[in-house]
Formats: sequence, C-alpha cells, structure tokens
Amino acid sequence: MDENLAAIWLTLRLAATVTLVLLLIGTPIAWWLARTRVWFKGAIAAIVALPLVLPPTVLGFYLLLTMGPNGPIGAMTQALGIGTLPFTFWGLVVASCFYSLPFVVQPLQNAFEAIGDRPFEVAATLRAGPWDRFFTVALPLARPGFITAAILGFAHTVGEFGVVLMIGGNIPGVTRVVSVQLYDYVEALDYTQAHWLSGGLLFFSFVVLFSLYTFNRRASTSFGPGG
Amino acid sequence: MTTDSKGAISACFTLRHENFLLDVALSLPAKGVTILYGQSGSGKTTLLRCLAGLAHADTGSLSIDGHHWQGEGVFVPTHQRPIGYVFQEASLLEHLTVADNLRYAQSRAGSENSSSRSLSNQELIELLGIETLMQRKPHQLSGGEKQRVAIARALSSQPRLLLMDEPLASLDAQRKREILPYLEKLRAELEIPIIYVTHSIEELSRLADWVVVLDHGRAVANGSLADVLTALDSPMQQGDAGVVLESTIVSREEQWALMTVGFAGGELLLADNSQPTGTKLRVRIDARDVSLTLSRHQDTSILNALPATVVDVSAGHSQGTVLVKLRLGPKSTAAPDKERQMNAQSGPDRDNGELLLSRITLRSAEHLGLAAGSEVWAQIKSVAVL
Repeated sequence: MDENLAAIWLTLRLAATVTLVLLLIGTPIAWWLARTRVWFKGAIAAIVALPLVLPPTVLGFYLLLTMGPNGPIGAMTQALGIGTLPFTFWGLVVASCFYSLPFVVQPLQNAFEAIGDRPFEVAATLRAGPWDRFFTVALPLARPGFITAAILGFAHTVGEFGVVLMIGGNIPGVTRVVSVQLYDYVEALDYTQAHWLSGGLLFFSFVVLFSLYTFNRRASTSFGPGG
Repeated sequence: MTTDSKGAISACFTLRHENFLLDVALSLPAKGVTILYGQSGSGKTTLLRCLAGLAHADTGSLSIDGHHWQGEGVFVPTHQRPIGYVFQEASLLEHLTVADNLRYAQSRAGSENSSSRSLSNQELIELLGIETLMQRKPHQLSGGEKQRVAIARALSSQPRLLLMDEPLASLDAQRKREILPYLEKLRAELEIPIIYVTHSIEELSRLADWVVVLDHGRAVANGSLADVLTALDSPMQQGDAGVVLESTIVSREEQWALMTVGFAGGELLLADNSQPTGTKLRVRIDARDVSLTLSRHQDTSILNALPATVVDVSAGHSQGTVLVKLRLGPKSTAAPDKERQMNAQSGPDRDNGELLLSRITLRSAEHLGLAAGSEVWAQIKSVAVL
C-alpha cells in the first residue's frame, strides 16, 4: 500500500508541476496563435497539436534520444552540470509538458479567439497599452478557458503511460507513477491491487470531467454578478 | 487642406481594402459636432477608425489642434491618442460592473489632457442618467442603458476628441428617442469636438454643426450644416431636401397655444411645446412644405409666410420640379438698423438671413418667372421641431 501512496503522490506532484509549467508556457503560445496572421501559423499550430495524434511511444522515443547523453538537450544539460534528464522526475516533467501541451494550448487559444477584437479596441480607446490590455482584458475574459486548460492538462498528465515508460522507466518514488504501477500489478497478476488503482483512476477521471462540464455550462449561461 | 492650423482637424487618408477605397482629404472644425453622413459602405466608419488609429491607412496624415497623430513615419497608437470612442454596438467590458467600466477609463485618463471645462465623473453619471446602474454587470442592462454607459465611459477618459460610430443604430426607435436628448445635452455641455457617424437624417438634423457627406469612400460634401443642406448640387438633395434652422423661443400667444421662434431673417409661429421662453430650438423645414407667392397672401390658413429673396434655382432631382434656394429676410426697403433690432440672433442683417429650400413644379417656376434676385413670400406649410 505504501507503494501505491508513493505512486499517487508522485503522480499528483508531476501533474501539478506540469500544469503550472504549461499554463506559463502555453498562455503566450495560445495568445500568439490566437492573434497572429503570419503564414507559418498553421505549421506551429500543427506542431503543438502533434501529441494529440502521435503514439506516446514515438514522442517518448525522440525525447529519449534528444535528452539522452548523445542528444543536443542531453549535451546541454550535462554541460550545465545537471546530468541527463531521462529517468529523473524533471525528465518526466519535460516529457509530460510536450505530451500535454495541446490540452492546455487549445482551450486557451479558443478562449482568446472567442473574445474577438472588439474588447481590445475598446480598451485601446480607453488608453490601455498592449500589456495592460493583455492583463486587464484578455486574461479575465479568458478565465473559463484557463480553468478548462488547467483541468485537462492535469488530468491528461495523470493518465499518461507511454511517454512515462520511455523517459522515466520504473523507479519507485522517482518515476513510477500510478499508470506504471498499475501495469506492474497486472504483469504480476496482482488483480486486487490493480482493481484499487484502476477504480481510483476511473473515479478521479469522472469527477474531473463532470466538474469541468458543470462549470463550463454555468460559465456560458451566465457571468454572474460580483463574480 | 493639409496645413496644420491650430484649432482644426486636418485629415488625409488613403486606405484600400478589397474592393473598397477610402480617399479623403478633410479639414474639420475642432469644435462642435461634425457628422459623417452616408449610406452603409460609404466609408464613414472606416474614416472614423482611421481617426482613432484603429485602422491604419496606407498613406495618411492627421493632425488635431497642432498635434500630429499620423504622418511621415509617425503613427500614434490608439492608446496614446486622447480620444473617446463609442462603438456602434454595446462594447462594455463584460467582466466588469458599470462602475468598474467607468473606473477603467478614469484610472487611465491622462491628467494633462483634462481641459478645465470637462465634466466631472459625477456630472457625467447624472447627465447620462446611469446613477442606478453602477453596480450592474453589462448583461443586466438594456441596449439603451449600455450605450449610455459606453458614452459616459468614453467621456470619463477625459478625451480631447469624441468619436461616435452610429451609437444609436443598434437600438430600436424607442431607445433612440431615449438617448437622443442625452446626446443633445452633451452637444451643449461639451467643449471638445465630436465626430459622429450616422446615416440617419434625423440624427444629422438634430446634432450637426458641420457635415461631411461620404459616398464610395470619397467626401462629396464638406461644410457647415446650412451650407451642405442648401447646396443645390449637394447629394443631400437626392433624398428629402430641407433645411434646419437654429431658433430661439421669443414669445408665446397663449390663447392660440402658439409660440414664436426667431432666427436670423425671420420668425415662425409654432405649436407651443411648453418649453420656457429663451430655449434654443432646432426646427427642420422640408423643401416640399414650402410654396412660393409673389405677393403676401392675407386670406390663407397658412400661419407662416416669410419674405425672401431667390438665390438660385436648379432642376430638381425628380422630373418636372425645381429646387429654389431662398435667403430669408424682409424686403430690401427695410432699414438694416431696424432689422438688427427685430432679430434675436447675432449678425442678423439681410445678407446673413437663414437659407430656405422650396421644391415647386417647373411650371410654377416658369409662371412666377423665378430667377436669382426675385423677391417672393415663402409659405411654410409645416415645421418639424427637432
């Protein structure tokens, strides 16, 4: 049972870190994708969306190569004295960020696009400069998008398996997340433990999606007073 | 047109957008209400957006009161222009209450721009009647309320130029009637110039001091309200030709429920609207409501017959009619000094009498032998108080 708790704690820590990092990285990417008219916008959007269709093992394989001792990122991290990232917690964070990127960027991009040009023009005529407009108009009006993005990013990171296995391996307390732990139980034919973890994940996923849909319906029907 | 005289707005823009070309060079007064008038697609909103810096004209120059906002290598972005802008449709920031929307503008208003005569925030709130709405969110307001808040918000930023893009177009007739009086009050109270886009002849008649008529991206008329309304070749004559007179209530005939309003070159008897004597009043007289006689008719039910001199006669836009341009004022035998006493307004000598338009048939014009200089009596069948 201690093993389970360790796996759950690691998974939550990983998902929370990834969500936070992705909100910080994903917001400017989503903002740029929502506002830009450059010709290579489509290419960038496709790259961001790739993890949606790519088998996680493909992504994991390439990340393993680039972050490994002979890869460019690996060479850089070694030069900085950090060592290599694969089979560490931060290696998992980096890999998961790539893997969950579209789940954060797309809701944000949709939310930013839904605002349209008008509120920004209004703010500009009221003397709000570009940064001012971003923080006082874009962020508050995209609030439902941020909540969706955070929930999807978190939940998707909790549920990943292929990338984790490729990058993190199976080191208890360091890279052995819930989905990998579950795999181990099934391999060992320990179905009782597997039931506990599977049931837990199933319940967790349902609760997350249920609260997401409930919130979104409320957010779209009314923008309550004083909210 | 491109000289930068102080106290004036000089604007030149060329902007190509798909099949549309805006190409204007205008000099506008830096006070009062300038109406940009034209049908949809004539480029009036695009011109307004160029003035605000929301649209970036391919080539252009803009200077206001000696400040260059656009020109060779210069483009002051919208947020650095001391303007207020009222959009056609509701444009309140949805996540903020009415009070916070106003505060958004107030907190960013440059203090150096506030003119001594600008309205305080409290005065604005009262002027636009939004005291009771302050804690509401935009989705809890009616269309008319939203526009009133949007106008108050635009003025809260202490602008030196107010731009309004058909602020009434998205409202139904009832709401329009609700807001127009507020706009007239603003016109009277504000020191800053207002540039107002509309395709409504009523809004033009009630608000304009200066008029620019746009058609297919070009300015086809640019002048004072009276000049544009009375120019016989003006595009305004294609619709309902007529004039707008700025008058003052001078006296009342209570037993008949009538009042007399005076203006340069004459007086009119109108149904008493119970406003106090001395109130300024705009009236509109349509050309088709003015008939002409060579002598004064006493035996007529028509209340208002004014002496006038024909300035010009031109073929009307509909077949068989002519449009006659008249200058109101007593016959030249009257001494100028006496006239000066008779008239309530400043500069009331004969040459400054108001202009009037009359649409009559070609046959009548021939019959009366009308030509420039003819002395006539204009019989006015109806007057619309605006």
